[in-house]
Amino acid sequence: MSIERRKERIDRCIKAYTDDIFCLSSVREISYLMLPRVLPIALILLLVFFVPLYWKKVMVITFVMSIMAISWDFLASCGLISLGHALFFAMGAYVAGALNYYLGLPVYLTIPIATFTGGAISTMLVFPALRLRGIYFAMVTLIIPLMLMRVVEATKIIGGTEGISALSPLPGLEFGIGISMVAMWVTLFSLRRLITSDYGLIFVALMDNDRAVEASGLNILWFKVQAIFIGSTICAFCGAFMTHYYMSVGMSAFALDLSIFPVAATVVGGMGTLAGPLLGAMVLGPLSEALRGLGTFRVVIYAALLVVFIVGLPEGLFHYLRRKYEQIERWVER
Amino acid sequence: MLVYGFINSIILALMALGFSITFGISGVANFAHGAFYILGGILTWLFLIKFGMPYFLSAILAVLIVGAIGALMYRFLLVRLRGLVLSEVIATFAIGIIILELLRVFGVMGFEYRLPSFIQGSANVFGTYVGIQRIIIVAAGVVLLFALYLFVHHTKLGLSFRGVAQDDHTALSVGINPYKVSVFSLTLGSMLCAFVAILILPLGTISVDEGYDVLLKSLAVCIIGGLESTSGVFVASFIIGYVQVLTAMYISTSLTMVAVLACMLIILLIKPSGLFGKYKEIEERI
Amino acid sequence: MEYLKVQDLTKSFGGIRAVYDVSFTIEKGSLVGIMGPNGSGKTTLLNIITGFLKPDSGKVIFKDGNITGLRASKITNLGIGRTFQMVKPFYHLPAFKNLIIPLSSPKVKRMGENYGDKDSISLDILEDIGFERDSSVPYKPASVLPHGYLKRLELARVIALQSELIIFDELFSGLSLAEVASMSPLIERFFEAGKTIIMIEHRLKELFKIANNVIVMDQGEKIAEGSPKEIMKDEKVKKAYLGVELKR
Repeated sequence: MSIERRKERIDRCIKAYTDDIFCLSSVREISYLMLPRVLPIALILLLVFFVPLYWKKVMVITFVMSIMAISWDFLASCGLISLGHALFFAMGAYVAGALNYYLGLPVYLTIPIATFTGGAISTMLVFPALRLRGIYFAMVTLIIPLMLMRVVEATKIIGGTEGISALSPLPGLEFGIGISMVAMWVTLFSLRRLITSDYGLIFVALMDNDRAVEASGLNILWFKVQAIFIGSTICAFCGAFMTHYYMSVGMSAFALDLSIFPVAATVVGGMGTLAGPLLGAMVLGPLSEALRGLGTFRVVIYAALLVVFIVGLPEGLFHYLRRKYEQIERWVER
Repeated sequence: MLVYGFINSIILALMALGFSITFGISGVANFAHGAFYILGGILTWLFLIKFGMPYFLSAILAVLIVGAIGALMYRFLLVRLRGLVLSEVIATFAIGIIILELLRVFGVMGFEYRLPSFIQGSANVFGTYVGIQRIIIVAAGVVLLFALYLFVHHTKLGLSFRGVAQDDHTALSVGINPYKVSVFSLTLGSMLCAFVAILILPLGTISVDEGYDVLLKSLAVCIIGGLESTSGVFVASFIIGYVQVLTAMYISTSLTMVAVLACMLIILLIKPSGLFGKYKEIEERI
Repeated sequence: MEYLKVQDLTKSFGGIRAVYDVSFTIEKGSLVGIMGPNGSGKTTLLNIITGFLKPDSGKVIFKDGNITGLRASKITNLGIGRTFQMVKPFYHLPAFKNLIIPLSSPKVKRMGENYGDKDSISLDILEDIGFERDSSVPYKPASVLPHGYLKRLELARVIALQSELIIFDELFSGLSLAEVASMSPLIERFFEAGKTIIMIEHRLKELFKIANNVIVMDQGEKIAEGSPKEIMKDEKVKKAYLGVELKR
């Protein structure tokens, strides 16, 4: 059987130029490189300043959720797939709420303390599962927040089903937007730096072959603990922040949709690059807000999108767009 | 007290059974397990109450339909993701969520939705009064568990399940068709799941949250007992079952979940692959 | 001082005796081979010595310190390095970045003043073992390297660790004669630098050329120990490898 034509994928001319020293040779090359990096930042800044009030609030939530998605991708790049990101969020949220309610600490104290304490508690809870293979780890992380939710509901500690409310608010909406956006950029850029640094390489190696890492003299359990701590602390910050944003915290902090959203955002956006989940969250966040009227149906939407993307476009939007940007496909005669 | 514990354990074992067959023994992840469970119950209810069909017939139809859905799910979804375990988990879990939340949207809540017991009345067992429904459940449970053990260890089909879980390329080269085996295991698991639902749901109402609960409990049983192990399912469900009943009686009813969670975490600390887990610990993986 | 002493090691996996009552001693600066038919327990023995498995009973003593049951990373940091039979590099990373991981281990960090920028050190090591420096080979992701290069990368990992005692698990498996011939000098260089080497090998011709002492295992037990000449004549070894003639 002879093949008449085949599909060929080659780098674009301009990509080839800019990969090497010619990237500075003219405005065209420089803008080719800068555009994908500058455009999102510019867009987001524009949105933040010029969008009506209702949507500003949506932006805050989207930023927070994108931080969670980025942290999920980070952990996934270390080989630790967690299906229970809500746990990390909830630990931060509850500690912040408890500190504020029972001890009366002000916002600028509760958030930092809750961030690190929440991270520590989450790490300890997840620790027994760290020796397991990826899939079992995922299963255990799925169960833990759901179980804890039932525990809180049953024992009625920290407010039980109603949660605690009337907590101190953040000083103004602008503050909220500013902090969440800054936190998002900080998370994205610092994690990207981390993953390519020597320290971060160890995490990537953990995913590829953890026995070899152990045989190279590094205690993998300790490194996994560190990875979880970093990932969970970031999410604990999100939880603490949202507690004060909504001025209350309750069982919804353990909700399934908080665990599913980062996964969906990453799958839609593209795993592995840390910028993919940002893209995914930017797409899914406002979308879910627009569908708010449907209540828990939102989770169905996330889940449905997840399935569609996993089967249809497993590489995710980010990789797909980048591929289109950098390469062209064409049919060639043999 | 012991009797309640026994019953509770058998119920747990039954719930975990379907999940264990697909995931534990064949390596096919079906995190829509809880959803299938409730779906089985709802379909039976539908046929029984809405269409007025006889109980027996509704049950069989529901079981068959759920089995078919399972097979379809494999055919269209899982077959593309085979081997990428994470994607399988996420995708099946997502499907489970879709099913459950859709049911919730359609208003599956409240007392209206319940299946009637097979036989009313209770009997005296070792000094405690126990509903006959529960006795039937226990009897069915014991029979099923025994059948599972025989199936997995002694029949050709059961062994081929395990073969596919361990290495499907090798299974292929020995003449086992991994595709057919996986479809079959998923179908069998789903049907079993629906069947168990019909047995157990008459004890209470059909509720969507129960679906998540079932998945939770099955996962816990399989993790504690170790996957790929039939004795594990058995032992683990007994441990969890008794822990739950004992906590309810001596400490407080609300702390049962805490106890189960603590149990799971402790066992994971001591023996990460579960009590009877056959897969080797991290040090022995290549 | 007995450099490495293995005493009465036993390990069973659910009824199968993988290693049974194995004892031997290794002198510093020697090159010892371990051979035996497949399934004789060589890799299990290696895993026990290097801390990847805990023995059911017995002891491993290194430089007069009991290392039985210690964590693998700890044993590596004490100076024992090993290679893996199934070579799996860090696929996502470029070849030279693969070496950053061993270079980040506590032991190497302790030798601070000898080492400098990790990237350039790893490129040096790679050049040493045969990666062409100026080509793009060291920069390629490890997933695209052919088998021979992967084996060398594995070797490089151990070099980066600067271990005193190196245990090779079937380093020569899957290599052509030419590739083996180019790797043997590297091993000899180690040996001349004063390192102690243990080689688990199936390729006996190459092993006998360089080993001082050979230990033979079969069915989990040590059945012979001695110089290559003695081993070749040993009846038990012949029986294990070749079988016994049936008397008619």
